Amino acid sequence: MTARDFDAIIVGSGPGGSTAADVLTAAGWSVVVFEKGRNHLIDTGDPTRLSTDFSNDEIKFMIRHFLGPDPLLEPRTFRREESDGDRTHVGEVNNVASTVGGGGPHADGKVPRFREDDFRMLSEWGPVEGASVADWPIGYEDLEPAYAEAERLIGVAGEAGANPFAAPRSGPYPMPPGPPMYGALITSDAAERHGWHPYPAPTAVNSVPYDDRPACNNCGFCAFFGCPIHAKGDPVASLRRALLTGRAELRPETFVSRIMVRDGRATGVEYRGPDGQARTETAGHVIVAAGGMETPRLLLLSGLEHPMIGRNLMFHLQTYVMGALPVRVHGHKGRSVTHVHDDFVVPDAASLAAAREAGLPWFKGGMVEHAGPAHPILEAKLAPWGPGHKDAMRRSQMREHLWGFCMQGEDLPQPSNRVDLDPSVRDVRGVPALRVTYRPHAHEQAASAYYGPMMEDCLRTAGAEWALTYAAPGAFDPVPMSRHVAGTARMGTDPAHSVCDPWGRLHDVPNVVVADSSLFPTGAGYGPTLTLVALAIRNMGALAPHRGG
Amino acid sequence: MAVWLTDGQYRIVQAVCARLIPTDQDPGATEAGVVDYIDGLLGAFSFDPPRIWAGGPFSGRTGGDGAFASFHRLGPLDELAWRTRIEGSRGLPEREWNGPVRGLQEIYAEGLDRLGADFADAGGDEQDRRLRADEEFTRQVYGHACEGMYGAPEYGGNRAGLGWAYIGFEGDVQPRGYSDEEVSGP
Ligand SMILES: Cc1cc2nc3c(=O)[nH]c(=O)nc-3n(C[C@H](O)[C@H](O)[C@H](O)COP(=O)(O)OP(=O)(O)OC[C@H]3O[C@@H](n4cnc5c(N)ncnc54)[C@H](O)[C@@H]3O)c2cc1C
Ligand code: SF4
Repeated sequence: MTARDFDAIIVGSGPGGSTAADVLTAAGWSVVVFEKGRNHLIDTGDPTRLSTDFSNDEIKFMIRHFLGPDPLLEPRTFRREESDGDRTHVGEVNNVASTVGGGGPHADGKVPRFREDDFRMLSEWGPVEGASVADWPIGYEDLEPAYAEAERLIGVAGEAGANPFAAPRSGPYPMPPGPPMYGALITSDAAERHGWHPYPAPTAVNSVPYDDRPACNNCGFCAFFGCPIHAKGDPVASLRRALLTGRAELRPETFVSRIMVRDGRATGVEYRGPDGQARTETAGHVIVAAGGMETPRLLLLSGLEHPMIGRNLMFHLQTYVMGALPVRVHGHKGRSVTHVHDDFVVPDAASLAAAREAGLPWFKGGMVEHAGPAHPILEAKLAPWGPGHKDAMRRSQMREHLWGFCMQGEDLPQPSNRVDLDPSVRDVRGVPALRVTYRPHAHEQAASAYYGPMMEDCLRTAGAEWALTYAAPGAFDPVPMSRHVAGTARMGTDPAHSVCDPWGRLHDVPNVVVADSSLFPTGAGYGPTLTLVALAIRNMGALAPHRGG
Repeated sequence: MAVWLTDGQYRIVQAVCARLIPTDQDPGATEAGVVDYIDGLLGAFSFDPPRIWAGGPFSGRTGGDGAFASFHRLGPLDELAWRTRIEGSRGLPEREWNGPVRGLQEIYAEGLDRLGADFADAGGDEQDRRLRADEEFTRQVYGHACEGMYGAPEYGGNRAGLGWAYIGFEGDVQPRGYSDEEVSGP
């Protein structure tokens, strides 16, 4: 293909970029997808063949960075606030896989929708001091059709009506839920006794054969691992469809270092392929789907100057409540999470009173996952060495007995929480590393302090001999590791207060369109993936008629 | 038989691992060949392809072909990262984009020197005393020992799955997986 053959360049092949490729190629566009990571997902010559590189291998995936990014090659830096100096940490900062498919193959794929009020936080709940709470420029009803389409395209298993807090749906899930884990049945029962409403987690994992891919066989190497049998649909389903049109080209091991902009229009990108040579490619549109942290890095590397780029960075404040159940829960059998509850997503009279006591107008928690750790090397490294080691491993307090909850606590956006370019740390290509400046707001800390003890009580109801609560990032390990990222190129109608317009286009360079969770004005107490895929479906669908630019 | 360690170093690492993950009524690091995992990591580049990432999708232990044994080829950047991590940056400009990096080979060579050439022949209490006196190095070896005890056997340790067997872990289970009853039942 010659340079001008592409209607769009897509940066990043994760759930956002793959969805963009799918929607645009279906509308007749020709696209090239640049992905800095390697391809372990799909045969680009024959996209009906999915790769055989994934495996149940704790060393390869959990320790040796098989899916990247290798923190030595691509370090990120961190500080809590500017007064800390240039940085306090170099290495991993909330890394999500960097490979064809992005974080999709890596994740275990809990893909709930957001609720109606998540789109209008300012009008529904009101401002909070120190935070830039905002309404989304669109409502749940605008996104509902795209949510339904996203669930169908990537294949989501779930049970409509099982979650009383869910927003209305236009139809059922494409697949019934997969089998519940034993531990989750125990904590679900206890949660119900506490008056909560656990339900089968909507999951982008096949519970039955779907889309020419097999049903999950519960191998247990799920979150952080690629699926050896491709029972996970996100984003392999979209990428495969895009490649099968013959109008998508995928270029792995290709790092986009700059979007070229002239007179308020992007003309293409500068990139470095596997041979390390700098080259350029031109196209009518540039779709940026590099993920919530790399997207603002690329915009900054491109010299774009909107003062909001990189700001309002949101993760999730994760509250872990863990305890030892007397029975063996065998958390290594099954997917990573099969049950969740949403009771802490919705403020009630008691939580509002607790918020006022903490000096806040309100707070929200987040979706609570029922889960436990499952892998032996992880357990062994935390066990003592010496004579006690073998007994500890035989008793297996962690792998076999530890079970509990993880609340994905909603983070409020704060302009001071941000991604920018580190002044001196570089990646292997000599390009400035991204730097995170982040400290949680009192809002999420108060919510964690309020809901943590309730979850501890519930775990004791479930039979735990002991239970403890741990909120991350905390004082001792301030570096965020939630794997959920949002907010760094916020969308809105006012160009002074948002980077992108309501269709994901940069206000300043409208043929650059962002297609990931960087767009989110607020982060909700749910994983971002289904919502970013739905947004990409909506925004790319709107873009599709304007192929010429 | 060692790949990278000298015979003397091999004996020391083996003795260290025996203290870290001892043999009792169940096999320990010695029987599981944990030293070979560590030696294989330090000497990963003596193999082609280098022994960094075992292959996929299946090991053959519960069906399918034994593909773990065919290690992945590294891309140019992967090779740079792993050589730097294992061999150190050695003043080579292409390995020092953020300054010098100490390699595992150097860390081991120096750490084993500190433990003493007579470590393997010292008494157990004396061995523990030396290990405690060098906490940082001991932590590092312990981490690797855990990988060698409980990781996939294709990396050189966990011989015959001994590390998994004594804790009742089945290891990799693809393509068999677990039945719905095994997932949901006690
Ligand atoms: C273990 C784990 C569990 C998770 N579980 C869940 C979950 O249950 N629910 C949920 O909603 N989310 C979950 N996530 C998060 C989920 O993976 C992300 O939300 C999702 O992958 C984001 O999609 P994305 O397309 O925006 O970005 P990414 O998936 O990050 O993809 C971006 C891609 O762009 C590439 N890229 C970046 N910069 C460049 C550049 N300059 N040039 C070329 N390529 C570039 C990257 O290599 C990457 O492959 C989990 C993540 C992990 C790691
Ligand atoms: S648990 Fe299921 S979806 Fe997850 S990796 Fe195993 S087979 Fe794939």
